[in-house]
Amino acid sequence: MEKFTKLTSIVAPLDRANVDTDQIIPKQFLKRIERTGFGEFAFFDWRYLEDGVPNPDFILNEDRYAGANILVGGRNFGSGSSREHAPWALMEMGFKAIIATSFADIFRNNCMQNGLLPVILSESEVDTIMARALRGSGYKVTVDLESQTVTDDQGLSAKFDVDPFRKNSLLEGLDDVGITLTLGEAIDSFEEKRTARW
Amino acid sequence: MAKTMFEKIWEEHIVAEPEGQPALIYIDLHLVHEVTSPQAFEALRLTNRKVRRPDLTISTVDHNVPTDDTRAEEIKDPIARQQVETLRNNCKETGVTLYDVDSSAQGIVHVIGPEQGYTQPGMTIVCGDSHTSTHGAFGSLAFGIGTSEVEHVLATQTLRQAKPKTMEIRFNGELKQGVTAKDMILAAIGKMGTAGWTGFVVEYTGDAIKKLDMAGRMTVCNMTIEGGARAGLIAPDDTTFDWMKGRKFVPKGEAFDAAVAEWRELASDEGAEYDELLEIDCDTLEPHVSWGTNPGQVAKVTDRVPSPDDFDDPADVTSAEHALEYMGLTGGTSIEDIEIDRVFIGSCTNARIEDLRSASLIVKGRKVASSVRAQIMPGSTLTKMLAEKEGLDTIFKDAGFEWRESGCSMCLGMNPDILVPGERCASTSNRNFEGRQGKGGRTHLVSPEMAAAAAIEGHFVDVRDWETE
Ligand code: SF4
Repeated sequence: MEKFTKLTSIVAPLDRANVDTDQIIPKQFLKRIERTGFGEFAFFDWRYLEDGVPNPDFILNEDRYAGANILVGGRNFGSGSSREHAPWALMEMGFKAIIATSFADIFRNNCMQNGLLPVILSESEVDTIMARALRGSGYKVTVDLESQTVTDDQGLSAKFDVDPFRKNSLLEGLDDVGITLTLGEAIDSFEEKRTARW
Repeated sequence: MAKTMFEKIWEEHIVAEPEGQPALIYIDLHLVHEVTSPQAFEALRLTNRKVRRPDLTISTVDHNVPTDDTRAEEIKDPIARQQVETLRNNCKETGVTLYDVDSSAQGIVHVIGPEQGYTQPGMTIVCGDSHTSTHGAFGSLAFGIGTSEVEHVLATQTLRQAKPKTMEIRFNGELKQGVTAKDMILAAIGKMGTAGWTGFVVEYTGDAIKKLDMAGRMTVCNMTIEGGARAGLIAPDDTTFDWMKGRKFVPKGEAFDAAVAEWRELASDEGAEYDELLEIDCDTLEPHVSWGTNPGQVAKVTDRVPSPDDFDDPADVTSAEHALEYMGLTGGTSIEDIEIDRVFIGSCTNARIEDLRSASLIVKGRKVASSVRAQIMPGSTLTKMLAEKEGLDTIFKDAGFEWRESGCSMCLGMNPDILVPGERCASTSNRNFEGRQGKGGRTHLVSPEMAAAAAIEGHFVDVRDWETE
């Protein structure tokens, strides 16, 4: 997994509630058997017009948000399907952190598994970031996982929560399966007990 | 101390709880399909890891497979074909059982698990699919996971999970004729919104739940994820055991009786406490129809499509504006005045034999409106065979329905079954997201009975008023 420590970047705003994973990566693009190749299809129905040209009305197509590594979204971000293709697609678009007031559970887990940091802030903090990102160009924030803060140069300083185990995995870029396999004996003995009973 | 059913199952499955880490939970049954598994198997190969328990892993092809008469041939879409073939190879290589298109046990993964008797009370069940919550209808802790977690389960037969909170959703009273499990769950999501239960495991209780048959309980649990909770549970009882008895992988004879005795112990203890409670009155419940682009945007069939200014929260106002525009609807329109082009009876929510039987009662002796194209995709090949034995296919075909093969099909349109832009569909599936059934397609979620009646009339109607033979 990719490490996440600290990141300063332009913020791209997507001011909608309940952005679901069907929107993030529509089903017709889920047929690949690799983890890559999804980025160009992210937000496909919003991002492109019929003939495949970028939709000028879709905010993430605006030049001023080019190169953004941080996305700020509405509540219940990532709801719906469990497809991990959604975080894969967002990461290929360049995003490394998403800020919102709430995330759907499975999506949030999937992000964590890939080093895409979901950051939950309060409604007023998200509103502030959203407004500043919408207003100007070049608005940046810094997401610091070590100190669990989001800051900008206009006085924003917000704290966020993160599970200590996940935090450590992200900071170190650790492989979850590898960690669990170190508990192999516990799994063995659990299975023995269970087989004896059934 | 009095425990909830969730707590009992959870504690029974803790493998380890290392300091500072979420619990490691043992997984009894892992269901696999072609879309969310290829990258997981590939990762195992790359790291030289094995599937730990192929015997606890079951797979099928459902999302991509054609439902028309080309089914036995190679899939035309080369990328879909590759995905199906990749699963075949992965199963061959690792010894995982695969129910392929030519098997009677093939079908939508959440239909075949229970149907074949793999799904049993007290189990932990996962699948790379959010509607794994369906299996909770049997009193098993079942939830959807992403592909990295699929890899984790394949390699270790465990999953690392933070302990969720618990919510009781109590359905009081009794459903009236024509009102179904689908309406119960749509009403509950409508009340709380699509994020209302995030972070919770839900237990459905109350008289109306006790009276539901297993198909209805599966419909309710299936849509738990649309309310934001990953898992929904219903206490197993005689309805559960009667339904399970005799199924292929359910214990037989004395072993069955012994299992039932254990399963009875699973129900939440008297006085067990939940973190939250939601109550729904079923006496006054009406058939529901979704009008928007998420499953929380629902209305009673006798009601009207809301206007954006009916909402207080600014985010809800914007959501409603977007949804109405996408759906091509104006606030204030009567639900019964909404005309439809397509009807889809299918999906892991409502394509079981019981659903097909209920829909057939509405359809029998009637004709699909000339303006409507109506299709039925049974939830599994076994369901299809059973329905044909009962003559349901003839009832549907005589009325003008297309009778198809089983698969996810137009629930998400990964195979060629999709809506064209602007088409409006009465669908028994679970998600009305933008583009879910095809780019620009407009989905209205309803029960099988409501979908069948809409097929006949060409617009939504209150199925409570209908005479059935
Ligand atoms: S029927 Fe629909 S919801 Fe169910 S598993 Fe298939 S795609 Fe998912």
